[in-house]
Amino acid sequence: MLVQDELKLTADVLVIGGGPAGAWAAWSAASQGAKVVLADKGFLGSSGATAPGGTNLLYLPPDDKLRDEAVAQRMKEGGYLSEPDWIHRVLDQVYINLERVEAWGYPFRRDEDGVPMRDHLQGPEYMKLMRSAVSRAGVRILDQSPALELLADEHGVGGARGICRQKNRDWEVRAQSVVIATGGCAFLSKGLGCNVLTGEGLLMAAELGAELSGMEFSRQYAPSAAFGTVTRGRLLNWATYYDEDGNTLYSPGGPRPHDFLPTMLRKGPVYAMLNHADTEEKRRILRQSHAIFFVPYDRAGIDPFKERFPLTLRYEGTVRGTGGIRITGEDCATTVPGLYAAGDAATRERVTGAKSGGGAFNASWAICSGTWAGESAAKHALSMRSSADGRRLQGAGRAGMSHPSAAHGQGMDASGLIQSVQREVFPLDINYFRSEPVLQQSLERLNGLWPEVYAKVTGGSRERIKAREAAAMAATARWMYAAALTRRETRGMHTLLEYPDPNPEQQHRLTVSGIDHIQVYPEGRPPRQAGRGTMGACRNYGDLRNRSSEAVGAAAWIAAAAGEVEGS
Amino acid sequence: MIEVVSRQRCIECGLCVKVCPTNVFDRTETGLPVIARQEDCQTCFICEAYCPVDALYVSPFADMEQKVTEEELIAVGIIGSWRETVGWGRGRTRLAEIDETPFIDRILPRRS
Repeated sequence: MLVQDELKLTADVLVIGGGPAGAWAAWSAASQGAKVVLADKGFLGSSGATAPGGTNLLYLPPDDKLRDEAVAQRMKEGGYLSEPDWIHRVLDQVYINLERVEAWGYPFRRDEDGVPMRDHLQGPEYMKLMRSAVSRAGVRILDQSPALELLADEHGVGGARGICRQKNRDWEVRAQSVVIATGGCAFLSKGLGCNVLTGEGLLMAAELGAELSGMEFSRQYAPSAAFGTVTRGRLLNWATYYDEDGNTLYSPGGPRPHDFLPTMLRKGPVYAMLNHADTEEKRRILRQSHAIFFVPYDRAGIDPFKERFPLTLRYEGTVRGTGGIRITGEDCATTVPGLYAAGDAATRERVTGAKSGGGAFNASWAICSGTWAGESAAKHALSMRSSADGRRLQGAGRAGMSHPSAAHGQGMDASGLIQSVQREVFPLDINYFRSEPVLQQSLERLNGLWPEVYAKVTGGSRERIKAREAAAMAATARWMYAAALTRRETRGMHTLLEYPDPNPEQQHRLTVSGIDHIQVYPEGRPPRQAGRGTMGACRNYGDLRNRSSEAVGAAAWIAAAAGEVEGS
Repeated sequence: MIEVVSRQRCIECGLCVKVCPTNVFDRTETGLPVIARQEDCQTCFICEAYCPVDALYVSPFADMEQKVTEEELIAVGIIGSWRETVGWGRGRTRLAEIDETPFIDRILPRRS
């Protein structure tokens, strides 16, 4: 690392991530008058799950009856882990923001009565527009600049460090507030646009003692062409499904069997054909809707309306799951001062509950949580008397980082570790058809892999980024399964074979904390005896804050947050 | 995965290098982009939408290489087709303007 060549910036707010949540957070913070830097692993405009395709939105006109019905339905589908006030808040905020998107130039269609239909956005157009809005607001954008670790001192977060990967140069941004908007973790499963979503935001937040929530609700797979990446399932409503010999497995009209596609794919190849789009007009309408759906078939020389095409399921991890960094209130703050979370990096349970509402809920959540997190991050930073420049900040990254205290033995095999993690989270037999002994064995294997993240990281920018991604995926998998084994019931998208029904006594959200030592407990009810791990760290952290007159080094606090010392 | 950067068409604007979410391209000294890390390609097609001269081709196959030539792709009219669908480029109608998604449930197959 060439320190003298490092890019050093100071801002009020640093936003990490340049998908919709990050874009809205940056725009919102800048609108409050804050100086904002946004750093994205890829490029704000093309990066993330939204940009390549399109996204449905949770959007309803301000009609009390319509909205109350939608809220009641969501509460039921989400296993009663969501909160009506939060769903209403999202419906209110997303309405305002989509009017804004239209004013910025997005050409929403109108129906016969002239009512704008704002429940779908074409990804490339939407994110290009968001980039212009963010630029116009005066935000400094660092593209191709993944964040690797947060900076912190005894007062909380104070910025982040990462790599400008096309310039082989490190960056450091000091900021009194940081918004994590890095998306969920899809484990490099090649779902559309999702390979940039590898969980570093969750790991970075957890390294400062932030908690996670809803990690057990991570059981979503999306259909795509077996050879392709376009994970868009809505048009399969027009499909008949077949087995390898051409026998019909399912045709629209009848009730679709429970767990249909996973069950059938367990038995053998499954094919589909969109033969229920049976007129030229219907075919034109579908092609002009989720247009990206057709790209793989057109290019492979398959007419999806008249020929069968093979399907697979790609794992969507926490992207279409509902869990992520636990937020503590309406400002989307975390338990770490100055640290906020938005979009798929944050838990969406307050709105979606225990079940993904599909892309629509996530897209609206990204818009709203980004807006709220950006605004509160700006207010927090602007309320401070000084900038983050004068703080004695230290990097908090450990796992997958070549930190002197962490590195030992031979070099880290990041690719090998990633494949090992994928072998635990991709298989339907482990992660979809969940059962206690199988998940338990898988978690034990993952725990066995975990020490590898502390091996020495050698190489250039690409290797350093990959090592951190590998560590984040390993951590995320362990959080998911630890939470899944704690929720001994079936609720929303989470199931356990041994507990096929919801248990009223478990109608609460589960908080996950810790990195080396993971703890899972009902939200708001941490175990009394906080042992090693983040609970200990939080206690230390509280003590540190209370003893502000005492000079306590940042290193001690960071070590505490990383679970390296006992609770005091 | 990304398979083709057309030397004939490329105007060396560097946009593909800039926008690729997974940093697949390198810009050579002459300015021409090269596919440096094909295995990192996530087959999201977005580079094609941004390329102003339709010089890129992303094969639909996520996990295996596809040997194609530029001539073949031009012959079947597939190179540049995604940008055309998105409606980017002079004189085109943006896909967002003609988006039928809000209306597709009107033609859902009937429940029996």
